[in-house]
Amino acid sequence: MRCDLAVIGAGPAGLAAATRAAEAGLAVELFDEQPAPGGQIYRAIETVPAPRRALLGPDYAAGAALAAAFRASGAGYRPGALVWNVDSQLNVDFSQDGRSRQCRARAVVVATGAIERPTPLPGWTLPGVTTAGALQILLKAQGLVPAEGVVLAGSGPLLLLLAEQLTRAGAAPRAIVETVPRGRLSAAARHLPAALRAPGYLAKGLAMLRALKRAGVPFHRGAEALAIEGADHAEALSFTAGGRRQRIESRLIALHQGVVPNQQMTRLLRCEHRWSDGQRCFLPVVDDWFESSVEKVFVAGDGAGIGGAKSAALRGRLAALGALRRLGAGEDKRLAGEAAALRGALDKDGAVRPLLEALYAPSAQILAPADDTLICRCEEVTAGALRKAVALGCPGPNQAKSFLRCGMGPCQGRLCGLAVSEVIAAERGEPQQTIDYYRIRPPLKPLPLAELAAFDVGDDAGDEAGDDQDAA
Amino acid sequence: MALLARADVVVVGGGLHGCSAALHCALRGLSVVVVEKNTVARHASGVNAGGVRRLGRHPAEIPISVFSMKLWHRIAELVDDDCGFQPAPQIKVAETEAELAALSERAALVRGLGYEHEELLDQARLRELLPAVAEHCVGGLASMGDGYAVPYLTTFAFQRKARALGVRFFEETRAQELTRDGTVWRLSTDRGTVEAETLVNCGGAWANLVAARLGEPAPVEAIAPMMLVTARLPHFCDAVVGATGRPLSFKQMPNGTVVIGGGRRGVADPETDRTDLRFAELRLTARTAAEVFPVMAGATIVRGWAGIEGRMPDDIPVIGPSTTEERVFHAFGFSAHGFQLGPGVGSIMAELVATGATQAPIAPFSIGRFQGGGSLAAATAPVH
Repeated sequence: MRCDLAVIGAGPAGLAAATRAAEAGLAVELFDEQPAPGGQIYRAIETVPAPRRALLGPDYAAGAALAAAFRASGAGYRPGALVWNVDSQLNVDFSQDGRSRQCRARAVVVATGAIERPTPLPGWTLPGVTTAGALQILLKAQGLVPAEGVVLAGSGPLLLLLAEQLTRAGAAPRAIVETVPRGRLSAAARHLPAALRAPGYLAKGLAMLRALKRAGVPFHRGAEALAIEGADHAEALSFTAGGRRQRIESRLIALHQGVVPNQQMTRLLRCEHRWSDGQRCFLPVVDDWFESSVEKVFVAGDGAGIGGAKSAALRGRLAALGALRRLGAGEDKRLAGEAAALRGALDKDGAVRPLLEALYAPSAQILAPADDTLICRCEEVTAGALRKAVALGCPGPNQAKSFLRCGMGPCQGRLCGLAVSEVIAAERGEPQQTIDYYRIRPPLKPLPLAELAAFDVGDDAGDEAGDDQDAA
Repeated sequence: MALLARADVVVVGGGLHGCSAALHCALRGLSVVVVEKNTVARHASGVNAGGVRRLGRHPAEIPISVFSMKLWHRIAELVDDDCGFQPAPQIKVAETEAELAALSERAALVRGLGYEHEELLDQARLRELLPAVAEHCVGGLASMGDGYAVPYLTTFAFQRKARALGVRFFEETRAQELTRDGTVWRLSTDRGTVEAETLVNCGGAWANLVAARLGEPAPVEAIAPMMLVTARLPHFCDAVVGATGRPLSFKQMPNGTVVIGGGRRGVADPETDRTDLRFAELRLTARTAAEVFPVMAGATIVRGWAGIEGRMPDDIPVIGPSTTEERVFHAFGFSAHGFQLGPGVGSIMAELVATGATQAPIAPFSIGRFQGGGSLAAATAPVH
């Protein structure tokens, strides 16, 4: 099986990239784990019932046009396909319907988006603790809302958006416990003039806050020292705010500390990454076509740095132009003209980011978890155990794997990687850039051994001939 | 260029063999510097399958492997750390009568050399030791007193103990030119020059960079043996298991995960320090594992990896003095089975450095075997 451009992920970036490239005549294959286009942000966008669509708001509904354009573009589409490896020759190994196959690509757009930042704090691994993102997916995909009042805790626009959406769905949260420290707003205010250039965001944010206030959702600001109480299940969230210790009972607590690029695929491909102080995470290095340090590997959407859904679609289109240019499939001058317009729009849409990054920077508590807090939940490694290994001489995340098995479980470090890099950097007094991140090895997600044993790499002659016909 | 360090001995390469040689030299009172281009245990030493195996060794390797095994069984006395060492039988499974006959011959050969550690297993005994083994397996060959360990922890423990004894490690420091000034070797690196009376080359896949400068090029091939690890499974296997007719090395760790290796190779790029896995090959590894242990058909692969290793054309290492220069000793090219030899060969290297000679029978491992004449029949005998 072959294609010109393999796009991985069907969120706004992937959809836009696949659409643009297919319209230009490239043989495109879009691989996505979900059964339908939309990614996390536009989850279930093609099938969502009208009332739920209204409840989720116009920003969500905007995704329908992207999905429709993709459907009309002629791009190949592989839903329910998990890409578990991309090698340096750009062979894409994927699992679909319980069978693993290989697609040889000439260029790749990684559009695997963002994941929620890990939030290690006491009790975060108890049953009954989830994330704001996970709750929002249940709402989008199944129309499910918590039966019992949820406590939303942490920081970031998603926390507020979810609170508002739940409120509109008649399942108002029991409380919002925000960890943004007092004084952060005035410190972030210097980014305000720039942020005003990005249309709509600030007005929407203020409207959200007003709606929550009207609905009477208790809002605790400046919370510190969060802890989830409970023996076998979450029972309450306790925290310090306004100078006193408080406790809110709930068996459902959703944590959130913003989102960060999902680095698994770009790390696997050994794209160069750089630490971003602003976003407090690693970002793949990309040029102004969103091409990474690895030739013909493009990174679009939030995977290239958090920019939101609008920017993701713009970046996706830009990455497609970059791929056209790389593959010699477009006239340079026309591509450059279209790209310049996209870059202008990106610049404008991204103007709100410095304000959001400064205001919603992750809380100090999760960046430096207490010694007895679990940091790697797969292998049950505490922050204290990690600090001890560093004191013994463990120089970085890859060695921590061998010392403690942290990052070696089924999640492949997705849920602990950043936290582990942060703790080691702090203990050694070195920048995160120097400490770096886990080396990521395939398969990216667990793969049944029997499926690997039957892996079809398309290496027999009949298969090959058939594929060539497909590509022609 | 600025002087980085001066010592009695400079070791090039911070893998297990470099760290072990450094530690043993330090135990003999020598001052030692180790120069490592990446970080200690970055390549094969840190990420190999961890087998601690006398079973199935090339006849020339048996004496040093037996010697090294003694050190493994009291490894904590040497490095103040148990290195995750677990004594366990190593078993080579015969899937056909022909394979069993070959193992029987092998057992006779080893006994004929005067060693008792390998014993032939009939089908009943095999099943007793490996209740989960497939029906078609007819017997095997076992070395009951072998085991396995955790590679990175082991190499790091050697480094840590060496450091405690005063060995200085220069990591992220790349050896460059090598010149001699009277009795002093001058090794330039990208961070300064190291001066020492004796040079020990433990450069693994990169060892020829030193050997070629000495005028005795060695055909080291960079290879990338691949491994897979599964999610945890209920306990079903106590031994480290290999197959006879096809590549497989297989063990269940105390936490239930299963590490599958056996020598199928990925792509190694020693220039960039990178390895690429070849899943077209690994699917064969997966098939073999499931055929030898049917329970594995329900396992889930969590991760695969490979580390860069140096392989010699005859699959046995280079150990011993340079044939062109005084005060240079080599230990490299362990061809994907050097982990078990680490403690023992380090001790032999220190003996060579300190006394100029060793009682260990290392003649078959001379680098001279690649320099035209002086072919050593023993070094190229077939391995079973």
